[in-house]
Amino acid sequence: MKLRLTLTVNGEPADTLVDPDKTLLEVLREDLQLTGTKHGCELGECGACAVLVDGVPLLSCLMVAHECEGRAVVTVEGLTEDGRLHPLQECFADLGAAQCGYCTPGILMTAKALLDREPHPSRERIREALSGNLCRCTGYQQILDAVEAAASLTVTR
Amino acid sequence: MTLRGDVIGKPRRRVDGRAKVTGQTKFADDIVLPRMLHAKLLRSSVPHAKIVRIDTSKAAAVDGVSLVLTGESFPIAYGILPVSHDEHALCRDVVRFVGDPVAAVIARDEATAERAMRLIEVEYEALRTFASPDDSLAHPEPRIHEYGDFGNVHKAVALQFGDVDAAIAGADHVFDDLFYFEGNTHLPIEQHATVATKDQDGKLVVYSSTQTPHYLHRALAKALSLPAAHIRVVATPNGGGFGGKSDPFNHEVVVAYAAMRLDRPIKICLTREEVFYCHRGRHPVLMRFRTGVTKEGTITGLDLQTLLDGGAYGSYGVASTFYTGALQTVTYDIPTYRFRGCRVFTNKPPCGPKRGHGTPQSRFGQEVQLDKIAETLAIDPADLRLNIVQPPDSLTANFLRVGTIGLADCIKKVVDRSNWRDTFRKLPLGHGVGLACSSYLSGAGLPINWNDLPHSGVQLKLDRSGGVTVFCGATEIGQGSDDVLVAIVAEVLGIDPFDVRAVTGDTDLTPVDLGSYSSRVTLMMGNAAIQAAERARELIADAVSVKLEIPKGRLVFADRRVFDAEDPERGTSFREAVRLAEAKFGTLGTTGSYTPPRSEAKFKGGGVGPSPTYSYTAAVVEVDVDPETGWVTVPRVWIAHDIGRALNPTLVRGQVEGGVYMGIGEALMEEQVFRRLPAKLSHALVHKFPSILEYKSPTSLEMPEVFTDLIEYPDPAGPFGAKEVGQGPLLPIMPAVANAVYDAVGVRIDSIPVTPEKILRALEAKAAGKAPRQGPASFPDIPWPETLRVTPPWAGGTGRADNEPARPTHRRVDAGIEARAAGITKEARS
Ligand code: FES
Ligand code: FES
Repeated sequence: MKLRLTLTVNGEPADTLVDPDKTLLEVLREDLQLTGTKHGCELGECGACAVLVDGVPLLSCLMVAHECEGRAVVTVEGLTEDGRLHPLQECFADLGAAQCGYCTPGILMTAKALLDREPHPSRERIREALSGNLCRCTGYQQILDAVEAAASLTVTR
Repeated sequence: MTLRGDVIGKPRRRVDGRAKVTGQTKFADDIVLPRMLHAKLLRSSVPHAKIVRIDTSKAAAVDGVSLVLTGESFPIAYGILPVSHDEHALCRDVVRFVGDPVAAVIARDEATAERAMRLIEVEYEALRTFASPDDSLAHPEPRIHEYGDFGNVHKAVALQFGDVDAAIAGADHVFDDLFYFEGNTHLPIEQHATVATKDQDGKLVVYSSTQTPHYLHRALAKALSLPAAHIRVVATPNGGGFGGKSDPFNHEVVVAYAAMRLDRPIKICLTREEVFYCHRGRHPVLMRFRTGVTKEGTITGLDLQTLLDGGAYGSYGVASTFYTGALQTVTYDIPTYRFRGCRVFTNKPPCGPKRGHGTPQSRFGQEVQLDKIAETLAIDPADLRLNIVQPPDSLTANFLRVGTIGLADCIKKVVDRSNWRDTFRKLPLGHGVGLACSSYLSGAGLPINWNDLPHSGVQLKLDRSGGVTVFCGATEIGQGSDDVLVAIVAEVLGIDPFDVRAVTGDTDLTPVDLGSYSSRVTLMMGNAAIQAAERARELIADAVSVKLEIPKGRLVFADRRVFDAEDPERGTSFREAVRLAEAKFGTLGTTGSYTPPRSEAKFKGGGVGPSPTYSYTAAVVEVDVDPETGWVTVPRVWIAHDIGRALNPTLVRGQVEGGVYMGIGEALMEEQVFRRLPAKLSHALVHKFPSILEYKSPTSLEMPEVFTDLIEYPDPAGPFGAKEVGQGPLLPIMPAVANAVYDAVGVRIDSIPVTPEKILRALEAKAAGKAPRQGPASFPDIPWPETLRVTPPWAGGTGRADNEPARPTHRRVDAGIEARAAGITKEARS
């Protein structure tokens, strides 16, 4: 039996009927057509599915959607504002931080949570914050560079 | 006409950068079509068995199930290489590894398909399990496949170039070393996914995360007995490939068949566990290097044997086998050479091409052995290598044509940047540095299905809007092939990359490109793109020259304008220039194509190794080793890569760093290994840890700082001088780590990965006065076939073997497209 689920997704109300055992990842991708959020394991091991729930980066593959009732979810689709890319998005695109781009949404959301908390993290802090997000393409270096660059951009704004 | 270099060579945001950071790149699993059903594969739970009975009735009765399939529906075998079409979409009589697909369920959603799948009953009759190459060599029966060289040996090859025995006998020193390289897997973060549908005209369309849409196209035509012209394969951008999405896969064939039969779109997305079963990753390889050297450290001869654990199917294995012996001579001057390689079948997921394809294993052996040679001869390992670098513009003992070679510069660069001369053998206990080199192909010189057709084709469409669309079958797997394609067209036409739209990887819309493997795309697609764009520029220049009365040779294409080099004010916009050309010539369209030069290696087996040009890399790796725990950390890596020309330095750097990353994973932790279930369960041979959590790979915390230098001498064979970068930079990392560990704690780990356990065991041996080494102890006796003897070029050789029966040098095999088999089920066509 499907149950009613009310969320705020990317600042807009989302009201759906979903199976009680569906994960937040499945609801986002399948019921709300927000396929920007990815999955690499659906077991909480790769970080590709990270989204912000009330500002905290969480693995959407591990969350039962109904546990998020009434909460505010932000996905990669919610990063752009007024048609402008978030500084993290600009820097990731410019500096080669997205190769295949499959890990990118999860990493962007995790990095956003970090910068929201700590606007000027050290490289070591960035490394730690992203250590649960696997990327098989980049070797992380251009990702770290991009987060650093975004942090400095945010300052000068 | 001159080029200004406005696009090429500049660090730029890649053309698909915005899509990737906004989540708009559409991967295969992001595709949702109306009325779509979902598929699940039931995979074998036993490693080797006859299928006695399959009962699908309970599954078929589940509410929401549309179709249950078994091997009966798939009578025709396929495979990536024409010599090993040994796969069926679903097993028919025999299962060959835990994970081999035996049945499929198509249902309204994944959960229903999965529930029904569990109700399928399969009765197996166990066959002997082959867990290791030793097993497979010792027991020719039962055969895992009914084909192959003999028993459970898939392929055994023996080649000799010059009198290697005399050369080794006459050497001042002979080094005889054994090495082992454990298997590992690609682990792309995207799990393989495919959506198949019957289009409105009744034709098959398949969207798939494949690196090789052209080969999938061929395999589908064969396996489903459909005309290739009625199948459209669209390669969705891959969420990482690394070679793991280069074979046609069971799930692709199954959903294609089901979509045609049910006339509904069908999606399948593999679980992470299933991705481990698809595998096609790094072969475990045992190696024996016998090398003769002079006092000065030059090589007189190399006698190499390799033994590959191929797993359960052929895949690219014949090529992988030859690759373990192909590139040694491309790197160093080796005047005489014998290579013997053997691939056996075992009951494990099939191995295939992973980044570096067959060459990293023997690269590891050679580079560690060179380190040992340098130590014995008391020569700095960097100097030893500088002395034996293969000369440019040369033909190797095995008839590979080497063009430009920047290896010496790479070595000098990393030696300089890493402060090698002050650190090597000079750091305190527990700290070390190691050096290694490598070379790699910029595209395989021969196609998989031998024919005389172009390897890459590009089409260009231009019209009065001023917009340009470029079409190419190349596949974007994250490496940036779309960016290379667009950048080249923009550069030649003097416009902005944003003015160019790329349509790629679609067998209906784009000309054939063989796929994203063997580091071939930049070079081959790039050359084809230059040709297409230059032809378009010719047409435009003709029209502008007449209209503005400027001699054609003086026209410059830049800044979205076409103008007179001597009077830049005189000219016209690119858009107007295209309009003039359209008016003069009619509808505008050009094509370009690329076929590599013919190889001089005419002997059997000479098809693996030739390339239009080779890239070179040198790396120095720094390690800290805790002598108490054996734990290794890698703080820094210096790497220099001979790229020819960096078309987009941002992307090139990313490929180098990504290669280093993957090399660190292989060097220290990644292992695709197997274990037996307890006897009271089933004693089955199973994957030890088919999960991301347990299959250890480096996180951001383990990743060293990488200092990259690009050595740029434009190579005449490459587009704007470019060579490959996707694979080469991975290769020196594993041996450089092992060499650095030796520098740090004085033990040789001749077996990859270099784990703390191995280091501790070697340290214990050292403390006990035994050989301070961990690695294989012996190489089995293999009944090698008669050695093909090829006289090297400098001894008057022709490129043919002296003792080879005459055979056609250029077979034209086109099995995939033409093959038709009787007995194909009619439903698949209706
Ligand atoms: S999908 Fe891998 S952690 Fe959620
Ligand atoms: S960019 Fe491909 S996995 Fe990170």
